[in-house]
Amino acid sequence: MNPTFRRWLLRAVIAIPVAVFVVWACADDAKLFLRTLLNGVTLASLYFVVASGFTLVFGLMRNVNLAHGSLFLLGAYIGWVVGDVTGSWLVAVVAGFLVSALAGLLLQVAVFRHMPGQDLRQTMFTIGLSIVIADLLLWGFGGEIYQFDPPGIIFGRTPMPFIKAYPTYRLVMLATAIVIGVLLWWFLNRTRVGMMIRAGVDDRAMLAAAGTNVQMVFAITFAIGAGLAGFGGVVGGTALSIAPGEDTRYLLASLEVVIVGGMGSIPGAALGALLIGLAEQFGLAYAPTYGVVFTFVIMVLVLAFRPQGLMGKRG
Amino acid sequence: MSAAHWRRAMNAGAAAVANPVAHVAGATPAGHPVSGGWGIRRRIAAIRPRHLIGLAALLLYPWIATPFFTFQIGGQSLALGLIALSLTFLAGSGGMVSLAQMTVAGIAAYVVAIFGFSAADHISLGWPWWLAASMAVVIATIAATFIGWLSVRTEGIYTIMITLAIGVAFQYLCVQNYSLFNGFQGFQKVEAPVAFGVNWHDATPFYYLALFCALGGYWLVQYVLRAPFGLALQGVRDNPRRMNSLGFDVVAHRVAAYTLAGFLAAVGGVLLVWYDGLVTPGTVGTGALIKILIIAVLGGMRHPLGAFIGAVIYVLLQNFAIDLLGNDYRERFNTVIGGVFLVIVLFSPDGMLGWWVQLRTRFAARRGPGAETRRLPQQQGR
Repeated sequence: MNPTFRRWLLRAVIAIPVAVFVVWACADDAKLFLRTLLNGVTLASLYFVVASGFTLVFGLMRNVNLAHGSLFLLGAYIGWVVGDVTGSWLVAVVAGFLVSALAGLLLQVAVFRHMPGQDLRQTMFTIGLSIVIADLLLWGFGGEIYQFDPPGIIFGRTPMPFIKAYPTYRLVMLATAIVIGVLLWWFLNRTRVGMMIRAGVDDRAMLAAAGTNVQMVFAITFAIGAGLAGFGGVVGGTALSIAPGEDTRYLLASLEVVIVGGMGSIPGAALGALLIGLAEQFGLAYAPTYGVVFTFVIMVLVLAFRPQGLMGKRG
Repeated sequence: MSAAHWRRAMNAGAAAVANPVAHVAGATPAGHPVSGGWGIRRRIAAIRPRHLIGLAALLLYPWIATPFFTFQIGGQSLALGLIALSLTFLAGSGGMVSLAQMTVAGIAAYVVAIFGFSAADHISLGWPWWLAASMAVVIATIAATFIGWLSVRTEGIYTIMITLAIGVAFQYLCVQNYSLFNGFQGFQKVEAPVAFGVNWHDATPFYYLALFCALGGYWLVQYVLRAPFGLALQGVRDNPRRMNSLGFDVVAHRVAAYTLAGFLAAVGGVLLVWYDGLVTPGTVGTGALIKILIIAVLGGMRHPLGAFIGAVIYVLLQNFAIDLLGNDYRERFNTVIGGVFLVIVLFSPDGMLGWWVQLRTRFAARRGPGAETRRLPQQQGR
């Protein structure tokens, strides 16, 4: 078959049912549709923040950090404690980022540096770590649900056309994710360290041969990646809540986002997060008991037709 | 054929690179033909006293042990070991670390509950136990093949991610779906059948049933590893590109490995649901998926025996860690098992079997050079 024709056929196969659904949903209940759309996009923004750290670490170090969810939860809990003590939500956000970044830095310097090139062993180590961290956090904070207390200015409701009002905080979260995305883009494309990271993603050995201190680059990347997880912990914990088990949820989301979007690609993480977030929210709203199947189907389709992910490079 | 022979035959090539001494010891696999076959005499000749002692110990175990040790420790270890064996086979021989083996076992468990009897009788169909159990094995094996077909599109480190995502997605499906999986509660009172005048939920019968399945699985894996398919699979693990140029269908071999491993995990899943008497989303939760990985890594993935050794250690820890820790810390089992796992990953990538081989190497080196001085090849994810 003609490749151009095939590509268009594939696009049509995806686009037509989606268009039909959008038309039907708008005609059926436009308010529900718009609300779900906003929920999906704002959830996607949270997924993007968490998954971008995951994909950054993976892209550079080939380290599938399965403790990423635990770093998320660690940042969230510590952020909550700091917020409780200082009474400032912004300080809590900063603390969440810093604590997780520090934990990530420690991991990289103390452990992963000593097992270079052993991807599988590193991954297994993160699995063991996630068990221990989850259990210790359960020990320290118990099974209760914690909620943050953000400043009132971002916690009300914003009037919106069609749907009357929408929680301001979720819109703030969306804006935050966009800012983070732009910052990451700027960092990776316009700064010296960012260029080193990108070079490392493409060819680690060559970067080392060119005289760069690869360990330094690794440490910085791991700190940023882990920090984003902790940041997402506080920001996401404010929108929803934090409780034991959330680590698995965000780990799964990160995995799906990265599998769909392509491993190691920030734009891929954005696209994957959008798809997964929308699929999850629309699934929840329109087919509650099979909601999780939608995200799974997206993952299966991507794996079947584009195993390297939508934005991934062919390895 | 004994474990040592098998390992020698398998490691001859790889060990030659790792250790020049091993080349002398290992390059002559004592004239063992690599193809399978039913050479009865060769088979009997390969039986060593330690095999007979081991078998006798396993058979006599319920007569010595208390029902608690027979059922909770023995039976559970064998069922979990069988599921871990499927992972050991996939990871050790195929180079594919799949976290979804417990998902396959869980699917089998759910099918037993859905087709057989359970407390949720508006869903359970009430088919006879043998039909439900065989349906479970068939459906779970098909599911495993599908999971394999999806996962083999990616390699090495990616496999862990994809199988974990599949496993967790299945758990969320079980939690959310009430019409088929009965949601959060799952299925209670899925009892082991009373067949041939024996209640298979009693300690000793269940132990023998699990032992029969475990020995069968162990034999099957040992047999397949020496069959042309198993050898080709190990070739695919070590160098897929070369095997591809030699005309082997790499993807087909990998998917077939998933199918075989899925069959083992499915049998283990049926045993597990009969052991537990229930199946809930927790059966296939992240903790359970990782439990199987921990068991496989604890024991060592180099040899099928590792899965069962790991299972015994895990089950013993699970039951007696509380006594070790004291009452104040009885909830902290996960920290203990996670810590043990970390220690194993950090200090002995080949698990308990790796330690055993190291010990033996040291011992043999003292006796004389060349006797048993082979190292396990370091095969890390690529």
